[in-house]
Amino acid sequence: MDLRQIYSQIIMENSRSNRHRYEMPDATATERGYNPSCGDDIHLSIKIEDDVITDASFTGTGCAISQASTSLLCGLIKGKPVTEAKELIKTFLGMIKGEITDDSILEEELEDAVAFKNISTMPQRVRCAVLAWRTLDLIIAKETGTEMTE
Amino acid sequence: MDAILEKLTNPGFDLEKVRSDFAYLELEGPIIYLDNAATTQRPNQVIDRMSDFYRFENGNPLRGAHRLGAAATEAMVNSRARVAKFINSKSVREIIFTRNASEALNLVTYTWALDNLKPGDQILITRMEHHSNFVNWQFAAQKTGAELSFIELTSDYQLDMADYKSKISERTKVVAFSAASNVLGTMPDTREIIKIAKQHGALTVVDAAQLVPHIKVDVQDLDCDFLAFSGHKMLAPLGIGVLYGKAEILNKISPFQYGGEMIEYVEDQSSTYAEIPYKFEAGTQDVGGMVGLATAIDYLEDVGLTNIAEYEAALADYCVAELEQLPDLEIYHPRQGVKGPAIAFNVMGAHPHDVATILDYHGVAIRAGHHCTQPLHRYLGQNSTNRVSFAFYNTKQEIDLFIEALHDVRDIMQLG
Repeated sequence: MDLRQIYSQIIMENSRSNRHRYEMPDATATERGYNPSCGDDIHLSIKIEDDVITDASFTGTGCAISQASTSLLCGLIKGKPVTEAKELIKTFLGMIKGEITDDSILEEELEDAVAFKNISTMPQRVRCAVLAWRTLDLIIAKETGTEMTE
Repeated sequence: MDAILEKLTNPGFDLEKVRSDFAYLELEGPIIYLDNAATTQRPNQVIDRMSDFYRFENGNPLRGAHRLGAAATEAMVNSRARVAKFINSKSVREIIFTRNASEALNLVTYTWALDNLKPGDQILITRMEHHSNFVNWQFAAQKTGAELSFIELTSDYQLDMADYKSKISERTKVVAFSAASNVLGTMPDTREIIKIAKQHGALTVVDAAQLVPHIKVDVQDLDCDFLAFSGHKMLAPLGIGVLYGKAEILNKISPFQYGGEMIEYVEDQSSTYAEIPYKFEAGTQDVGGMVGLATAIDYLEDVGLTNIAEYEAALADYCVAELEQLPDLEIYHPRQGVKGPAIAFNVMGAHPHDVATILDYHGVAIRAGHHCTQPLHRYLGQNSTNRVSFAFYNTKQEIDLFIEALHDVRDIMQLG
């Protein structure tokens, strides 16, 4: 596999994007996501109004994979109902585990975040890619009193 | 540079023969292994010796009267004697086998430290400690009320001896320090640190995990009270380590773990404990690891510790000189004095984990992260760094390929 399938244009651009990188003083919930072994460290904030995620942002540091993944996640969930965001988490984690491979489903649901599909071939980088998604999963579990995704 | 290149061309030992002893070099899609400070590779001799032990000498050591039990006991005794000779301890009884340096340092913490420290006492460690010689002392401070203080570094990443002298006092009960940093390569003046500690009556604990694989260590010459190292950083298997301790101290302190073979008489309500070193070795011991360590020591001494030190220094100096040619790179490694073959660096604009992934794609194995030294990284102002670390089986050509791969990092990360 070519490295550029991992460090693709979508991932490189989003890793440097500041579009969703800001503090959110009126957030409904903020959680820290941290990978102790490599030092990826983010704070993910979301605002929920009438069961809809009306704003999503993050601050923090980490590798290109973790930062791009977090930025894409924020862009994807903004404006979506919480229940739909939960489904997106399941789809993303399913893709990373190699359990969901149908490109048409992945592209329709995850849009640009489908760029992380190839991470499933690099087990040592999976934690970087899923950090923001696991953090969002924790926020949703706490806010809705439901179980986290397997 | 001429002297460095000369040493890399003529290392003073048979480099080709050495490389033929390491099976990982036969892997398809060659691996340039520059992560030796994490763990070294093992030569065939070590693996074969362990294999023989488990095939022909396998019994439970120190127990039973049968021939294989005796063979295992003999393997254990011989291995301990080999380690004692290697670091020149006064007695074999001063060599305690542990799982690794971390466990060895924990032994000192749980026995000496908890028995002896009290509020008002000071524990003095350094800014560059590995968590294995850091978190244990935090624990000791929290348990006993002693204060934990740090010797800081100079701008050249050396241990600041003036800071050390200003912080040590009669309150200092223990000076515990790394004799070689696993990140920076810094090798402070161990003898001087110990000498000053003694003048103040402080116990000395040396984390030598990154020293023993590279430089000849003589514990009587150093006059340290405790010295810890790991086998797996010096060609031996994962899971065997050593704590050296002065007999007079080991005789006085409490046992570490309780159970089989560390006892003398066991009554219903109390027990008496075995003599040192057995007092500190509860349960069936890893004799397979011990014979591996003894064989690793044979191997290192056959190559020659002086040869190893000089050749590895040349590898590190050459690598630093090459890294300095690259744009937008920060190097965390002393430029003066004695230093070990570990070099930390960052490519500005590229996270270490991305750098390591791209290098891995080129077959170059390095470490990225905080290398179990979060306080040091806070001091460096970096969340994480890259680290290359050499062993005597590395070559100049491997460094050249590593540097070449670093150019691809700039390309892939679009750094221009």
